[in-house]
Amino acid sequence: METIFSLLVALFFTGGIYLMLSRHLIRILLGVVLFSNAVNLLIFTNGRLTHAVPPIISPDLMTPAGPVANPLPQALILTAIVISFSFFSFLLVVAYRAYQDLGTDDTEEMRVAEPANEAPPPMGY
Amino acid sequence: MSSEVLLTVLIVLPFLSSLVAGSLPANARNAEVWLAGAVALIGLAITMSFYPDVTGGDVVRYEIPWLPSAGLNLVIRMDGFAWIFSMLITGIGFLVVLYARYYMSPKDPVPRFFAFFLAFMGAMLGVVTSGNIIQLVVFWELTSVTSFLLIGYWYHNANARDGARMALTVTAIGGLALLVAMLLVGHVIGSYDLDAVLASGDTLREHTLYTTILVLMLLGAFTKSAQFPFQFWLPRAMAAPTPVSAYLHSATMVKAGVFLLVRFWPVMAGTEEWFWIVSSAGLITLVMGAYAAIFQQDLKGLLAYSTISHLGLITTLLGMGTPLAAVAAIFHIVNHATFKASLFMAAGIIDHESGTRDLRRLSGLFKYMPFTGTLAIIASAAMAGVPLLNGFISKEMFFTETAIRNPNMFANLALPIGAIIAGIFSVAYALRFVCGVFFGPPPTDLEKVPHEPPSLMRIPIEVLVLICLIVGIIPGIAIGPYLATAVVAVLGQDTPHYSLSIWHGFNLPLLMSIGALVGGVILYIMLRPYLALGVEGPPLMRRLVGQRIFERILVTISWKWAKSLERWAGTRRLQPQLFLLVLICVVTAWFALRPGFGPVKLQLSGWDPGFVILWLVGIFCAIAAAHQAKYHRLASLVLMSGAGLVTCMTFVWFSAPDLAVTQLLVEIVTTVLILLGLRWLPKRFQKGDADHIALPTKLRRYRDIVLGVFAGGGVAALSYAIMTRTAVPDGISRFFLERAYTEGGGTNVINVMLVDFRGFDTFGEIAVLGIVAITVFALLRRFRPAAESVEKPEQQRIQNAYDNLRPNRQSGDTVNEYLMIPSVIMQWMFPVIIVLSAYIFLRGHDLPGGGFAAGITMSIGFILQYMAGGTRWVEDRLRILPVKWIGTGLLIALATGLGAWAFGYPFLTMAFQYAELPIIGKVPMAAALFFDLGVFVLVVGATVLILIALAHQSVRSPKAARSSVLPTHAVEPPPPPTLETSTVEAPGGAS
Repeated sequence: METIFSLLVALFFTGGIYLMLSRHLIRILLGVVLFSNAVNLLIFTNGRLTHAVPPIISPDLMTPAGPVANPLPQALILTAIVISFSFFSFLLVVAYRAYQDLGTDDTEEMRVAEPANEAPPPMGY
Repeated sequence: MSSEVLLTVLIVLPFLSSLVAGSLPANARNAEVWLAGAVALIGLAITMSFYPDVTGGDVVRYEIPWLPSAGLNLVIRMDGFAWIFSMLITGIGFLVVLYARYYMSPKDPVPRFFAFFLAFMGAMLGVVTSGNIIQLVVFWELTSVTSFLLIGYWYHNANARDGARMALTVTAIGGLALLVAMLLVGHVIGSYDLDAVLASGDTLREHTLYTTILVLMLLGAFTKSAQFPFQFWLPRAMAAPTPVSAYLHSATMVKAGVFLLVRFWPVMAGTEEWFWIVSSAGLITLVMGAYAAIFQQDLKGLLAYSTISHLGLITTLLGMGTPLAAVAAIFHIVNHATFKASLFMAAGIIDHESGTRDLRRLSGLFKYMPFTGTLAIIASAAMAGVPLLNGFISKEMFFTETAIRNPNMFANLALPIGAIIAGIFSVAYALRFVCGVFFGPPPTDLEKVPHEPPSLMRIPIEVLVLICLIVGIIPGIAIGPYLATAVVAVLGQDTPHYSLSIWHGFNLPLLMSIGALVGGVILYIMLRPYLALGVEGPPLMRRLVGQRIFERILVTISWKWAKSLERWAGTRRLQPQLFLLVLICVVTAWFALRPGFGPVKLQLSGWDPGFVILWLVGIFCAIAAAHQAKYHRLASLVLMSGAGLVTCMTFVWFSAPDLAVTQLLVEIVTTVLILLGLRWLPKRFQKGDADHIALPTKLRRYRDIVLGVFAGGGVAALSYAIMTRTAVPDGISRFFLERAYTEGGGTNVINVMLVDFRGFDTFGEIAVLGIVAITVFALLRRFRPAAESVEKPEQQRIQNAYDNLRPNRQSGDTVNEYLMIPSVIMQWMFPVIIVLSAYIFLRGHDLPGGGFAAGITMSIGFILQYMAGGTRWVEDRLRILPVKWIGTGLLIALATGLGAWAFGYPFLTMAFQYAELPIIGKVPMAAALFFDLGVFVLVVGATVLILIALAHQSVRSPKAARSSVLPTHAVEPPPPPTLETSTVEAPGGAS
């Protein structure tokens, strides 16, 4: 069980990193989506894989009766999902605007701030 | 008022009034002057009131504990030496304010000037009254920053910018060295308190770190006081407005360096190292500065080099290490401040009234401005050391000290010779200043006819020159007691006997003075033909310009090296950087975690076939998505969603229902977002077969795969290692499980954690979400897509062409018919989704759900309407104000948090209770519910805002295209109420 789950996390990572290393914005964006899923799953493993014991207290009890899933990684992941969603939408819009303003989605060609052959500054003032 | 209050006011008032000055309207010149003048006068009055408390070596201290454990307390400490400096700072400060009133032109933005000026005054007062050496460095750096702002006040002028930057670079580097020196002092002595430091001079001098501390401390002092080899920034700083120069380069900024030397003189001086470094640097500066001053063509440049030279004189005196020399140094600090401030002001008046500071153009001005001329002549005489003026007395003390017989050869020869040469030079440049400007033929090429300035503008000079005269004639009465106060504060029991009278009989120092005066006059007469040539810069030293060397170094470091570094690991290309980032992570993790792994024994039993299949699907989705992303974006997106769904189901299976719900909803919104975005991002087409890809690209992609596989492998090992180890039984999650219901009042531990235990975290998180949404909105608000991406998708074009060919059909009908059934369903789903969202929201505290999930659900309801009816159709019927939703949500969450204060609890403490509502039943009425409501409202607003901002691009695009790309659209009838420009065309565009 754990073996194949680690394999899943691993390949999510591999796919995400491969896409993020691409030169084109769309692939980078898709890579970010895959990568954030991978990271969430990795954090999830910190709580161990526990089947069918959600961290919810039965109505008539004060504390959970038996062992339950670790709530801490879950709470962290919940925050992470929200943040990666907002981060992703920001990235998407920036990519879109960058493409519209620069006419390219190739990061190699985005050189407004640092043109390829920049003249040196004066050696004195 | 108690002395504590007064001391605090002295330091804090200038900073506070700096804020006030900065916020006054731009034309409030008089208000600014009243404010700054009042602050300076109050400071002067406070300082004066301390005089009885600091005479005879007494000290007033006010200590405010800050970090007592680290020895860092705020100590305001006033002794005689700080007193005399405070007098200079506030007194001359007041005169400069008065002068600036007339100097600054109405066009200059005076609020900025006076705000910086007051802040600088505060920083300077902070330096001299610091009783903690770290605090001293902080104020020291503040003077660097504020002086940078003052020097660069006319920032439209390139000289001002460069001068300011150079001053900041040099003095701030010195300040950094000083900080290290002070930390070392604290390390050696065990205290940062100035009194403790002053009491342990022997410990410091005998410590092995003494030389290091000395060098670092001197770096600080020499950069600030423009001592060789750091003198070059000071002439450049002359690009500042003249009031700034008059203040910074007479009484304050540059005096901070010698202040430091005097302050630490009792503990640091008296060693061989001190003598050699300080006196030689001082002597070189003294002679070189005086030499360069003679040949300046700029009036202020002459004064700048003369300032350097006089600072060199003070440093030389301090370097000698004898108590009498220290007395002379302190005395000269005061004298130099008075005559140099008045000279700068006179130079400013000349510049102001004649339009130039160029000595080659100025001539014979005495006829036009006799009062100013007289004042300037007296001040120059004081500078040159003419008898009956204050400069004479301290200079003669200097000659006396250098003439003392000394077993040290350097002290015996170099000092007196250097002193007399510098004396001759200083007489020569003073003569040049006076004769060049005021005497000789009338000026010929001035832009305006020079005249006397307003009489109030001259008052500061008159006051200062009067002080020069009084101190010069009756020194014992005029300055004696105050000087004694300052000297005792520094030297304590070592205070020597000294005489301030002007006549000591015929002796060697007097002969030296006379020699310097006569020699100076002769030198000036001899140099006149050369000076008349008007050559820029001093002979012999013309090529050796410190600032040019400095600039070379600066360009090399900050441009050349930076450029090579950037080429190697630069930001100009994202990929190499990301690659390096991942590579470094992998390598570091390998070395860090390698020892923790034993032989791996893969656990291959206990597989649940359903999940194995699910995960295999997930793995396939991830790989296929990566593979397809290049040319088949939509396929890749579908596969990506598959991977997301696998994640979601994994959460369900392993007891994380909240995560599953949120993941599913976010996955939906993300997919819609990408679809909207893909419509506007360029599509790439496969050209020929895969062999056409260039080899380097191929290699790069293989390299990326290898790195990805390594990273993935590492993560696999990591997660496997975690999962196969038993959890720590008493981890902090127990805390949450046990208290979720008893203290948080909810049975859904995850939700209680988010809205209660980690409420502040969630508050920050929703704030981020709101900010992102508004940023997205701002990025797209007035933005139309570029023409080339506006073209409708191929499928839609074919359909519209088909419609246009038939007379009974309108363009867009086919699209409408295609989507008729889905759109009806979507519209009918709207109320259902709202109820669902309310349900998810209300159950959130006890069962999976909550504000975030409910908010996303609600926004999906909205976006479905957009998809079903098209942007215009929805907005004709429904007014959503997402920005207001965001604001309201944030305010609700904030109000809930602040509500806790009303009951005396910390921010975001949640109370809880259950309430019985009709029909709905028992509802948890925890304060957390209101907080969650805030989350809900904000998430709805933010998500809808992002989605709508992107969707609106499709409404705008036809407008941009109508004129050029598709002329047929011009005759197109207004869009039918439904389904025309629906956002559904986005996926069509990507397929």
